[in-house]
Amino acid sequence: MAKERLVLIGNGMAGVRTLEELLKLAPERYEITVFGAEPHGNYNRVLLSPVLAGEMEVADIVLNPPAWYAEHGIVLHAGCEVTRIDRQARTVHTDCGKVAVYDRLLIATGSSPFRPPVPGNDLPGVIGYRDIADTEAMIAATQRNRHAVVIGGGVLGLEAANGLARRGMQVSVVHLGQWIMERQLDRQAAEMLQATLEAKGMRFLLGRQTAAIRPGADGRVAAVAFAGGEEIPADLVVLAAGVRPNIALAEAAGLECQRAIVVDDTLTTSDPSVSAVGECVSHRGTVYGLVAALFEQAQVCAAHLAGASGAAYRGSVTSTKLKVTGIDVFSAGDFSAGPDDETIVLVDRPANQYKKLIVRDGRLRGAVLYGDAAEGGWYFGLVRSAAEIGPLRDHLLFGQAHAESQLAAGGQG
Amino acid sequence: MTQEAQQETRSTCPYCGTGCGVVISHSAGRITGVRGDPDHPANFGKLCTKGANLHRTVQLDGRLVQPLWRAQRAAPLQALGWDEALDKAARRFAETIRAHGPDSVAFYISGQLLTEDYYVFNKLARTLVGTNNIDSNSRLCMSSAVAGYKATLGMDSVPCCYEDIDLADLLFISGANTAFAHPILFRRIEAAREARPELKIVVVDPRRTDTAAMADLHLQIAPGTDLYLFAAMLQVLAAEGLVDAAYIADHTEGYAVLLEQLGSVTPEVAAGVCQVPAADIVQAARWFGQAAAPLSFWCQGLNQSGHGTANSAALIHLHLATGKIGRPGMGPFSLTGQPNAMGGREVGAMANLLSAHRDLKNPADRAEMADFWGIPALPTQPGLMAVQLFEAVRRGAIKALWIACTNPAHSLPDQQRVREALAACPFVVVQDAFADTDTCAHADLLLPAATWGEKDGTVTNSERRITRVRAAVAAPGEARADWRIARDFALALGRQLDRPGAARLFDFPSPAAVFAEHARSTRGRDLDIAGLDYARLEQGAVQWPYAAGQANGKARLYSDGVFPTASGRARFAPIELRLNGEAPDAAYPLRLNTGRLRDQWHGMSRTGRSGRLYAHEAEARLQMHPDDMAQRGLADGDLVRLSSRRGDTVLPVAASNELAPGSVYLAMHWGSANLSHPGANLHTLQELDPVSGQPALKHAAVQITPVSLPWQLAIVRACPGLDEAAAGERLLAWRRQLAPLLADQPYASLTLGGRESPVLILRLARAQALAQADIERLAELLELPAERCRVLCDPARRIEKRARFEDVGTVRRLAGILFAGETAALPWLLEHMTGGDAIGGLDPWVFLPSATPPAGGEGRGRIVCNCLNVSENEIHAGIAAGQRSLEQLKATLKCGTSCGSCVPEVRRMLAASEVAA
Repeated sequence: MAKERLVLIGNGMAGVRTLEELLKLAPERYEITVFGAEPHGNYNRVLLSPVLAGEMEVADIVLNPPAWYAEHGIVLHAGCEVTRIDRQARTVHTDCGKVAVYDRLLIATGSSPFRPPVPGNDLPGVIGYRDIADTEAMIAATQRNRHAVVIGGGVLGLEAANGLARRGMQVSVVHLGQWIMERQLDRQAAEMLQATLEAKGMRFLLGRQTAAIRPGADGRVAAVAFAGGEEIPADLVVLAAGVRPNIALAEAAGLECQRAIVVDDTLTTSDPSVSAVGECVSHRGTVYGLVAALFEQAQVCAAHLAGASGAAYRGSVTSTKLKVTGIDVFSAGDFSAGPDDETIVLVDRPANQYKKLIVRDGRLRGAVLYGDAAEGGWYFGLVRSAAEIGPLRDHLLFGQAHAESQLAAGGQG
Repeated sequence: MTQEAQQETRSTCPYCGTGCGVVISHSAGRITGVRGDPDHPANFGKLCTKGANLHRTVQLDGRLVQPLWRAQRAAPLQALGWDEALDKAARRFAETIRAHGPDSVAFYISGQLLTEDYYVFNKLARTLVGTNNIDSNSRLCMSSAVAGYKATLGMDSVPCCYEDIDLADLLFISGANTAFAHPILFRRIEAAREARPELKIVVVDPRRTDTAAMADLHLQIAPGTDLYLFAAMLQVLAAEGLVDAAYIADHTEGYAVLLEQLGSVTPEVAAGVCQVPAADIVQAARWFGQAAAPLSFWCQGLNQSGHGTANSAALIHLHLATGKIGRPGMGPFSLTGQPNAMGGREVGAMANLLSAHRDLKNPADRAEMADFWGIPALPTQPGLMAVQLFEAVRRGAIKALWIACTNPAHSLPDQQRVREALAACPFVVVQDAFADTDTCAHADLLLPAATWGEKDGTVTNSERRITRVRAAVAAPGEARADWRIARDFALALGRQLDRPGAARLFDFPSPAAVFAEHARSTRGRDLDIAGLDYARLEQGAVQWPYAAGQANGKARLYSDGVFPTASGRARFAPIELRLNGEAPDAAYPLRLNTGRLRDQWHGMSRTGRSGRLYAHEAEARLQMHPDDMAQRGLADGDLVRLSSRRGDTVLPVAASNELAPGSVYLAMHWGSANLSHPGANLHTLQELDPVSGQPALKHAAVQITPVSLPWQLAIVRACPGLDEAAAGERLLAWRRQLAPLLADQPYASLTLGGRESPVLILRLARAQALAQADIERLAELLELPAERCRVLCDPARRIEKRARFEDVGTVRRLAGILFAGETAALPWLLEHMTGGDAIGGLDPWVFLPSATPPAGGEGRGRIVCNCLNVSENEIHAGIAAGQRSLEQLKATLKCGTSCGSCVPEVRRMLAASEVAA
């Protein structure tokens, strides 16, 4: 019997991870074709920041080189963008003229940087930070420019800012919120982080609404202007103010979308023969951007593609680490305490350390660490398992080894 | 830094009545060290823990350094000059005297004053003011011994000397924990017993003290039953022919009457009252009667009683009945509590005394002194004795009060009444070295006095030995010698009262001039020191009497069997058999006993300034028998409410087998300066000895109940970057700021600790958590602001913790902790901080909610040997490792090899281990 045909749109981390999982479960089931818009094999997008910071090379971050695809009989069309899905015909169409027929389609188109709808958002020198090309453009820009403005003080923006600063630029981070990384950190940790980054030479402009990006005489970007009239010089503007799921293809194909492609617990779209994973999907109303969640989706999706019916994705508990060398930041779970939550907070300003644990109903619900994130993995495990912590509660701050020895000793100390 | 030459000055120790000679080292006007004077016959170079740490109590913080005044009590104090201060005081005293008569003012002075200070105050009251309202805190201490001596031997004269310890074959110690209260004499007792193992020791004490533990026979009598014991002993002596009939016949009177009066008190009767075996009473009497040289010591256990005079007399009777008095190695030896209570008695600076052992009630004696001073007459109305004096203040009869060198708002019984009296008094002058005594809070005018190391004069110790006290350094700021303050006030008062004669009466250019006049006033008296002057005293300390032309002092009195009574015979004074007042009842079923700690003295205004002196006993604890604790469901360390009819004190309880069931014990040192509540004297009664006026400070009926104050706070603050002296100053400054906050707490304890790295320790316990603003205030006071600290907040648990680290050179040390809501780690962190160690691997564990340090292991425990810093656990470990003798422990751990104050306790630990093994 002929193999079923599986087509993957999107040669990124979520999609290729799904293939890897699938190959483990059912290596012979599909004839696989992959379309990737970027002219590369699959690489670790998470590690673009160290590349920007000069700590890694592009070659270091490649996950699946072309040989891997060949080895598994996968046909890869890199640098070939899919333009249309025909669900009736079960075909996908590309800008390079190729058409592929599928029995099962997997959409993993990821997301794109959000471009604030302001005048000048497409000027030369304005870069969205997403892929190798963006990274290389930024590195090139550091050779000839002085003033970089990063719009967005989230993880991506700070990593970009750090990379640019390490490459000698004067970097200003512009952020709409009252503190940086507000989706991952509480104010205290954010302020300590900001102080540390300021000590490295970065400048922060908080509570700023970007009004316009202005060109200079050469037509390239020259300044960023804010609501209220303030203006700062900018030779390079990096857009890191969030991402938008890439759903144009899916929408055009009539798949149900709500901000992202809607999937069920089996990562199946509104069309039973079409699955979707990664930053382009919305599961139970949540769009995930962190790689750990995408890998969890990949595992479930692969199981279903392999024919297993029991696996279900019920959403992810995520954790964040900031990849800035010398700075340990970690956050997991719910870090903004509600009225019924217990918070355990340790602040050590002289040592520049901060720990906050959120406990609810005798379970660890969230953790924010700054300065010493060594126990982040342990806390993340406790948050994910939602196990009752019982007498461990008062020993959580002192780390896994100590807490477990307490438990062994009877817990009361 | 230039090296200033070290100088040495000989003086005396300002603590107990042993009267040890000290050599003070000083440099550049600062006292830097102290050692025992090897040539002084009281101590031959030895010092106890308290004396050896004197130079560690000379911080400036908390000293009064300028006169301070306020128009109303609640108003802040304002500095003013000496002339203005004395003028204000003189005006108020003069106005009061003119409006209400001389008995409307009073002077309340101290056994810690020098003889010269005492003399000027006494002369001021009697001659210029014309009142006998001058009394001393010796009233609380020795006045029953004074009255007992006078009732039996005729005069207030201790007939014995320290050398008698070396010559006695029986030491009969009653109501005295010599090991703690007179450690240097106890060293001599230990040495005597070592030299002569046959020396017998009998101790009479309701507590099994370190002194009692050394006894061949410990009569652990029920508190206050001494009279029955002594009466029964007298009966046994008489019945068994152990009395000296010839001595009784030739040198005494009243024997038969007394024996008859006490006839019903057989050993069996006494055994029932005293709750000791009758056989033990008989044994004690036999040993006493058979001893060639019985030497009796007594102290506050007999004196601080509603029948202290009778106690003293009943003990002296045993010596009279056996004729064991006046010869080497024997006699009734009252141990003096204060350094110069004896000097005060000699100058007669007490309400019922007159100069040089004269009798206030005797018109001839009064006329003699009036002549001596060159005034027409002395006041006849007897003065008011301490407790009555403060009652008169409370009634409004006394309207201007001068308090010098004593802290009645701590030391008098029934503190509530005393404080009411002070609060009600229209004008209170406090003359003191320290600004932080409880009494200072009640002053309208504070006068800064010089203190130990800064004063010049003389003191007399327990064995009648007069020693020169010398200034090593100048007094700080505007502080002045006490005699000079009294003199200058007298001159100012003379002007206000328009008495030109005052200038002549108080023409004292120096303490030597004062001493010379005092010596003249003793001519022909039993304590005649007319042969003494400062020049003679420069050659060494001497015992009185020392009449003109005499070559040496007199070691022993009454060797000829002639007594300073009208008949020349000693008297058997009638004894009324009495027990303690306020018998325990259902509401207050326990007996509170009070006393002293080894390393603290009085109200701790001096000893409380050195962290080292808290090592042996770190905080106020109520001792209680384990059975009484079990009955109340109490565990060691639990907080309890000590209640009496007069108030409540909250403090931790400590199990003690030293006590009999039914009794509890609280050291009298602790008070409002350390605790949220006044200490022992909140509970003691205004029950007075009818003769001496001494209050019964050792008994109150009390109840102990558990208190639930589950929320606790502990702060420990150190100064890692500073040397011990500088750190001490800093800690005292913080302590001064914290002290006013204690009274608002359900339980508070404020102490010092540590050695080279001294620390301040504050502990609070409450039913509810302290408000966050109050925690912030404490943190701010102790320089533990959040931005300088590691801070843990756990609001659900009502827990907040702070830790401040400081780098000293390359070493990171813990400088302070504030633990609110959970304090389990306090003991090991405290040990770490007082050790002055680098934080090292402990750093991540400072906030651990655990009573054991992360590496496990035990703490060091209480420090037993304070000189060489050897702890309880180290000694236990040494014993467990096979060191079964004191000598072995001394060799390995060095404990007990310096001042020796811990030797009795080490012996007890050895003995206890033998019992256990």
